[in-house]
Amino acid sequence: MEIPYTTVARPDTGLWNAKIGIWLFLASEIMLFGGLFSAYVFLRLDAEPGAWPHGLLNVPVGTMNTAILIASSVTVVLAWASLKMRQFGRYKLYMGITILCGVIFLVVKLAYEWPQKFEHFGAFIKESELEKYEPYLGNHHLSEKGLAPRREISGHLHNREALNDPNVKEYEIALDPVNANPTSPSMDRPHFFSVPPTEKLAKVEKADVQYANMFLPKHSSYFAAYFTITGLHGLHVLAGVIVFIYFWLPVGANLYKRNPEHLANRVEVAGLFWHFVDLVWIFVFPLFYLL
Amino acid sequence: MDEPHPTVAGDVAAPDDHSHDVSKHVNAYLKVGATLLLFTGITVFLSYVNFGSMKANVAVAMLVATFKAGLVAAIFMHLNSEKKLIYRILIFTGFFVFALFWLTYLHWYDPVTR
Repeated sequence: MEIPYTTVARPDTGLWNAKIGIWLFLASEIMLFGGLFSAYVFLRLDAEPGAWPHGLLNVPVGTMNTAILIASSVTVVLAWASLKMRQFGRYKLYMGITILCGVIFLVVKLAYEWPQKFEHFGAFIKESELEKYEPYLGNHHLSEKGLAPRREISGHLHNREALNDPNVKEYEIALDPVNANPTSPSMDRPHFFSVPPTEKLAKVEKADVQYANMFLPKHSSYFAAYFTITGLHGLHVLAGVIVFIYFWLPVGANLYKRNPEHLANRVEVAGLFWHFVDLVWIFVFPLFYLL
Repeated sequence: MDEPHPTVAGDVAAPDDHSHDVSKHVNAYLKVGATLLLFTGITVFLSYVNFGSMKANVAVAMLVATFKAGLVAAIFMHLNSEKKLIYRILIFTGFFVFALFWLTYLHWYDPVTR
């Protein structure tokens, strides 16, 4: 059975069918990510001053991943253009680069960025005990400058058993620079380059802590939103890569031999999906990494 | 339409109707890619500039992001010259996305809890 309107436009819509199909799908995707983004805005703007984590993600790595995704958006549109110009060799090259970019993006996210977060620890201090931990929080200094207070002490957790063992009464934390030197003006705003925890140790009593955990989704609304949105976005990248690999394999070559315009249209549809994935990241990057 | 039979081993002559249009756009795609990379750098730079309040910084970052997204949508996704039906689908979607964000905005004026 021949699928109709794969290369010629349907008279009533003026478009070949898959084009309408992908735009209807993208419309549903806009609603999906729109819902998550509106939830993020809701949580972010209503957070108590100082309660929203800031500067916890690795900005150079995020910038690099943004550049990789933009580059892949260029190569996928060049792959489509090559098919339109009937240059199959170039199509294979550009599509290969696109797949590589998608894989690098995923590897950076899943093998580097996420695991790094899982190893980081943060403890939110009870409001009544903030003064006791002033040497690590520097809130007097921040208040003089009119900046939002800090409520979290973060870094590398030395005694990980403290998370689950009720007999361990305190957390031993190798402090992040922001808590090791809280009154240094250089700590007033997040750094561009990620700085590892210092060797300065702090003991935080569990009784003084409102909430403490590793940087997992349950750590805060921020990380819940971060892992949900970047996870869903990562699934989209994975789906795009799988589709591109399918077109890159002999299946693509066979279709090209039979009907090159059909392959060009299929790549265009997959490309539209890929550009949408890039477009979502364009908003994810500043919202989560920079603000 | 009679097209030369394509092979995967070598490139074949493209049909005239599409290839001229597309080849003209290749440079534009590269320029848009370079612009997007440049504005990614600008976004990062601006996030370290203090615009007075967090809301002002968010506004600036979202303005740059919207410009970048507009470029992707208009040039890479060909929305600068699409058929009417696709614009209709998107206007419809835009309406509901607006409603979604409006609900978030609305809760600040909720007379029950405020």
